Amino acid sequence: MSAPETKGTGLKWVGRAIRRLEDPALVRGQGHFTADLSATHWVRFVRSADAAGKIVNIGKPGGKMVITAADLTGVKKITPMLHKFSYRPIGQPILADGVVRFVGEAVAAVVAPSEEEAEDIADLVEIEIDATAPLTDARDALKTGAPQIHAEAPGNIILEGKVKTPGFDAVWDGAAKTIMLDARSHRQNATPMEARAGHAVYDAASGRVTLNCTTQMPHLMRTAIADVLGMPESDLRVIAPDVGGGFGQKMSLCAEYVVLVWLARKLKSSVAWTEDRRENLIASFHSRDQYITLEAAFDKDAKLLALRADVVSNIGAYSCFPTTSGVEPLMAMAEMPGPYDVQQYQCLARGVITNTCTMAAYRGVSRPVITFTLERLMDKAALAFGIDPVDIRRRNLIDKFPYKSAMGLEYDEATYKETLEMAVKAIDVPAFRARQKAARAKGQYLGIGFATFSERTGYGSPAFAARGMEITPGWETVHLTIDPSGFVEARIGSSPHGQGLRTTLAQIIADEIGVTPDIIKVIHGDTDTSPYGWGTFASRSLVISGGATLIAARKIRAKLIKIASHLLEAAPEDIVLEAGSAKVAGTDRSITIAKMAREAYTQTHKFKGEIEPGMTESGTYDPPGTFSNACHVAIVEVDTETGHVRMEKFLVAEDAGKIINPMIADGQVHGGIAQGIGNALLEEIIYDDNGGILTANLADYMPPTAREIPEIELHHIETPSTQSITKAKGLGEGGCIGAPAAIINAINDALTPFGVGIDEIPATPQRIRAALREVEKAARKTA
Amino acid sequence: MKPAPFIRHVPKTLDEALKVLAEVAPEDGRILAGGQSLVPIMAFRLAKPAHLVDINEVEGLDRLHSDGKTLSIGARVRHGAFHKNVVDNPLGKLLTFVGHHIAHYPIRMRGTFCGSLAHADPSSEWCLVSATLDATMIAKSARGERTIKATDYFQGIMSTALAEDELLAEVRLPLLAADAKFGFNEFSRRAGDFAMSASLVTYTVKNGKIADAHVGVGGAEPSPRRIAEAETALNGQTPGDAAFRAAAEAAASAIEPLEDHQTTGEYRRDLVRAVVRRALENSQS
Repeated sequence: MSAPETKGTGLKWVGRAIRRLEDPALVRGQGHFTADLSATHWVRFVRSADAAGKIVNIGKPGGKMVITAADLTGVKKITPMLHKFSYRPIGQPILADGVVRFVGEAVAAVVAPSEEEAEDIADLVEIEIDATAPLTDARDALKTGAPQIHAEAPGNIILEGKVKTPGFDAVWDGAAKTIMLDARSHRQNATPMEARAGHAVYDAASGRVTLNCTTQMPHLMRTAIADVLGMPESDLRVIAPDVGGGFGQKMSLCAEYVVLVWLARKLKSSVAWTEDRRENLIASFHSRDQYITLEAAFDKDAKLLALRADVVSNIGAYSCFPTTSGVEPLMAMAEMPGPYDVQQYQCLARGVITNTCTMAAYRGVSRPVITFTLERLMDKAALAFGIDPVDIRRRNLIDKFPYKSAMGLEYDEATYKETLEMAVKAIDVPAFRARQKAARAKGQYLGIGFATFSERTGYGSPAFAARGMEITPGWETVHLTIDPSGFVEARIGSSPHGQGLRTTLAQIIADEIGVTPDIIKVIHGDTDTSPYGWGTFASRSLVISGGATLIAARKIRAKLIKIASHLLEAAPEDIVLEAGSAKVAGTDRSITIAKMAREAYTQTHKFKGEIEPGMTESGTYDPPGTFSNACHVAIVEVDTETGHVRMEKFLVAEDAGKIINPMIADGQVHGGIAQGIGNALLEEIIYDDNGGILTANLADYMPPTAREIPEIELHHIETPSTQSITKAKGLGEGGCIGAPAAIINAINDALTPFGVGIDEIPATPQRIRAALREVEKAARKTA
Repeated sequence: MKPAPFIRHVPKTLDEALKVLAEVAPEDGRILAGGQSLVPIMAFRLAKPAHLVDINEVEGLDRLHSDGKTLSIGARVRHGAFHKNVVDNPLGKLLTFVGHHIAHYPIRMRGTFCGSLAHADPSSEWCLVSATLDATMIAKSARGERTIKATDYFQGIMSTALAEDELLAEVRLPLLAADAKFGFNEFSRRAGDFAMSASLVTYTVKNGKIADAHVGVGGAEPSPRRIAEAETALNGQTPGDAAFRAAAEAAASAIEPLEDHQTTGEYRRDLVRAVVRRALENSQS
């Protein structure tokens, strides 16, 4: 245990940067990952090389086990459901059944004694497809007469969200100025360090199957797989062991895992699959493929009056479970107005089916895209009004709370203006402008970009219910136990996979019941040993599971005080819990928590029936949601000859409420910014005209390396949340929500002398040079 | 991402290696040296050689020496060997400078100079060095030995003059003049990535004018090569911005650019213009 003692210091555990309890095992290579498990049978999926067409024939090599859709009798399709927004349910067969809809769709599963042999056999499977021209671009898929990808979804539209505030037209017509932006976000892959992996083993004695897999929501996987296979949920145990990052990609049901469970039951044996990076890039889940046209109406003082958005979200070939493909377009629609005070809003948000890999959540879910769009538009507006980008934000940021958005969302107290001012001061804008001017004179183009944003976090079931989800996530439960040895176990429904929740929940518990974090074990990720819960995603776990933990810990605390009051013969209000003991204030009488816990099991007769035996309490929490906020600032240098963007500095002023562990909080922001830099500059899944993926390895699909990440400076404000009982807000996604916007604005600021606009992410050197080349050509013409 | 089945041969002598190679070459037998390109390609099953002739234990192939006129680099000499200055000549510094741009440290510890030339990726730094400096390749097979000039050796994307039974046993680089200047610049989107364009230049200054200019461009065409038009633009000129810009412009015009889905020919010319000028600017410092 690396954490220092608090005894006698009066310090609390919450708020301290103690080292993560998870790390000693992980850094020593002692973690347990799905791919570490051995199996009797290994699976290789044979995937479609065509993006669209009918399956004419599947040629199987003789004497080998090759499973196709025809074998999966009685297995249902994955058919997620929304009950709003004209959602049309479309089904995804577990293996392609008669038609293929994207390159990478699993058509057959080869089973062999080793991964190598499975791959050898897969090479011999011949899939004959009568290929047709694919639709990979959402705007093409919307065109009249475009081929229909699913019969159930006419026009290739899976859902359509519409909103218009009553006074919109009058306000719009009376505006002094309108600004328009056509923004494009290209497709990305979350690229967790560990790709997907699954291992299913059948137990003959119980008839149960245990599935280890890389998931963010083990309980939901169990529910979903049992539904699809038509089996009792109690016959399936799902374990998420150590999981090497998820970022949303691992919160949807993978058809591959269904195949593994089906095979384990059929073969009465163990079956494993480890996805390779190429499969992950072509056939796991994608995201962020959107077109957004955003228009804003301002009064003569650059005060934002109304926003009008048209969101076209490419959802791929199928709808993801449990969120459905509404996850991106509906998030965009709900949160487009961001941190600005604007009461008139109109939006059309459509999810469009294409012959591409299925879209699912990725850290930030649409907000990196809408924030980039809105913040870029604000900078364009500032230029049009001839005012500073900081100034236009000052005039429009929300500063009265609670604030009700045009979409009816209630924003709790936040610090939009304060974080902006803090960032402006820390970065020293006047000094930068002087440096920028001097550099320009030498042909060097520096730019500064600001992004202010709100991040809705820790939202419970009411927020999800607003989307009309058949599967409505939200609450979390924690079972907290002091065992008879005096050690503490928290069994949680959340499923952390890198967030440090074992540490932060232990900090919360430690303060409440007066023990040290090192004797607290947080148990998660196993449907047999942890309570039903929704897993870890959407910047929710510390708020919701942390809240449930606090509720359970308060109950344990109350019970300990009651027991202490019995055993020490003192009034409950005189009992103090600290440093592993209960004490009677102002006396030397005390009893250890360990002894009280033991007696709660073994000496229950002492309590005369007034105290329940044992030492386990439960807490459940389902909060409304709370808004974190931040201001991001990027300083870049654009090489106008090559189009290369060098990140010079990144600065964040953020407010995520009460910080439980500052080191973990900073790590979340750092990691998010690194992903945001990838989103802004480097990462792009590219389809060719035939629907094939040109970026199927990490040389062509380019997450940033350490060399592309600049110095990051963080500043914090802690506004305790009134909507979260720990007073903490979520901050898992903020880093990647703000970074693309700040970087794009910085690039455009650098390029101001050329009068070009970059409205596309990633802003690749090719795109930047193409824009500059146009200007150069025009200049040559006039010369 | 598991390679297709193959048989690995581990010869101890050059003769043995060439004999095995002659036997297995018709069945797509390949040389395995550092494996930093071949092994990933095999993992993707883009190559499925039935045999690998692993030369990592072959005596003598790790030789790296200079006879005062040329530097000879044996087939087992790894990129990392050039982290230190290997010869008392501007060539030594050039190799150290360029070598640090190759991929990442672990790759440099394993990959080999000759392997890089045998693989002949258009963006390879060592291929650019060999083309720019007019290297001589020594190819050996059970049939005998032959030398191949750089201009004949490179035959397109991952394509060389080596026959299937030939081992690139050695590359000979001519030493530079004692007062030679060199400059190098490459462009890639991330540190350590394959260069999207690269340039190496060498020249001497006689009576204040550039002489014997070599301007090599890599990553922009199917093979790296010297760009005569750029060299002409330099020779006889005073070193400086005007000459460097003229040479860069000449190189950008002269190339037949590689194009792909993201990178247009125009963009590739932009990059060549930038890397040639920057290589020349570096040569000043």
